[in-house]
Amino acid sequence: MRRERLELAKSQISNLTSQIKIRMSGNMNLTLKVWRQKNSSTSGKFVTYKAPGISPDMSFLEMLDVVNEDLVKKSEDPIQFDHDCREGICGMCSLVINGEPHGPKRATTTCQLHMRSFKDGDTIVIEPWRAAAFPVVKDLAVDRSAFDRIQQAGGYVSIGTGGVPDANEIAIPKVIADEAFNSATCIGCGACVAACKNASAMLFVSAKISQYAMLPQGQPERYARAEAMVLQMDDEGFGSCTNTYACEAQCPKEIKVTNIARMNREFFNAEFIKG
Amino acid sequence: MSNFSSAFSSTLGRKLVMCLTGLFLCSFLIVHLAGNFQLFKNDDGLAFNQYAHFMTHFTPIKVVSYLLYSSIIIHTIWAIVITLMNRKARPISYAIKPKDGSIWSSRNMGILGTILFVFIVVHMANFWYKYHSGETPYIEYRTDINSGATMSKSINESEFTEYVSFVDNGVQVTKSEDLYKEVSNAFQQWWLVIFYVLAMAALAFHLVHGFQSAFQTLGWNHHKYRPLIKFIGLWVFSIGIPLGFAAMPIYLFLFK
Repeated sequence: MRRERLELAKSQISNLTSQIKIRMSGNMNLTLKVWRQKNSSTSGKFVTYKAPGISPDMSFLEMLDVVNEDLVKKSEDPIQFDHDCREGICGMCSLVINGEPHGPKRATTTCQLHMRSFKDGDTIVIEPWRAAAFPVVKDLAVDRSAFDRIQQAGGYVSIGTGGVPDANEIAIPKVIADEAFNSATCIGCGACVAACKNASAMLFVSAKISQYAMLPQGQPERYARAEAMVLQMDDEGFGSCTNTYACEAQCPKEIKVTNIARMNREFFNAEFIKG
Repeated sequence: MSNFSSAFSSTLGRKLVMCLTGLFLCSFLIVHLAGNFQLFKNDDGLAFNQYAHFMTHFTPIKVVSYLLYSSIIIHTIWAIVITLMNRKARPISYAIKPKDGSIWSSRNMGILGTILFVFIVVHMANFWYKYHSGETPYIEYRTDINSGATMSKSINESEFTEYVSFVDNGVQVTKSEDLYKEVSNAFQQWWLVIFYVLAMAALAFHLVHGFQSAFQTLGWNHHKYRPLIKFIGLWVFSIGIPLGFAAMPIYLFLFK
């Protein structure tokens, strides 16, 4: 009995070590089809690159860094893509990878996507966010300042909120505070726009409206904010919501479409009742 | 600060129009289905013809019917306008069709709606237009009030002046346009039966997304009521109602 268990443990250990060995040595050879576009006024096209010897432990952006180093060595123009913190919290990275914003993993930004999500020999198609309101700056980098203008239209409070309050200092039930916090976790990356068949920004705008609508500090401008942000969103040229909920499925921060329902309530209240 | 025109020309306002007209059309489906169940009565269409006369001559219902026609038109035109504007929001499409976990019908409401619009045109040309232009045949029912036995015979245009129902010597006499005959004759054509059944399948898929989506647009997405709305949307509007409607042409084809 004891011997059997020892044998089993030994075989499990050798299995694991061989897996680790495969992983360490098993660098992947990939083919990338990358959207290359000089600027917003020219049309772009796909260019195919080889990405040999990619470690499964690299992040997707590190893989692109490797490809770019190679391009620079060959005196070619490196692939432009947005990134900043590489910790999944800044909302700068983007990329539609094989038809999915931020790639195949749920609740994950591109910078937190690792190459072990792909297989040796894979062809990976990389495209920018595609929306009229997000013009391509260069290659895979798009101009998301439309989101900034929506925020400027109403995503603020005019009252002094003081310093950071102690826990449970604000007169608000915990469930509502949590709900507001969940909405506030939106990093404004624009994956909702990229995922939506109508390039609608409603998940983003609704999260930003919600985080203030639920908190006492957000009450003074509550309805004016909803109206201003929705109208700014329309001015930017985003599409309208068809309730396919693709945005919720692809959001790296798992923002819920209940926010969109709340935005609708806030906006209709602003337009028909309170305004 | 706000006005109605800016509210309704916003993306949310346009969706509100789709949602309200859509829900109104849903409520009409219930009335239409309930009334049309008279087709299953084995009375040579007496109840159905009485119902048809009532629906076309009772003033409040006539008012609602004009609301209904305008809802169909507004729902259709707004859908086209919104779709065109949404297309403009993404001028260059993705090389790889996004995988997003959304249900098929939510992405294809336009195709389903087009099928339904064609169906409504054919359906109205078949029955509504013929009834309103006086092309339907006429029928006379004689019901013995004591025994309840009903006799019916077709009458021609010269014997019919207007819809009447009176008692004559213990016999209830009803002279009516015979829409029932028009309907049961129409559904002797197998291809029309198939067309109707397919259109009801399109209705089912249209409503499986449309009904619950309308409540989301209204802002009624609450964890307590959402399951109820989804339940009603699925079982009543996308299964029960289309099945009930589809049963009518099949029944008339097989048994009349």
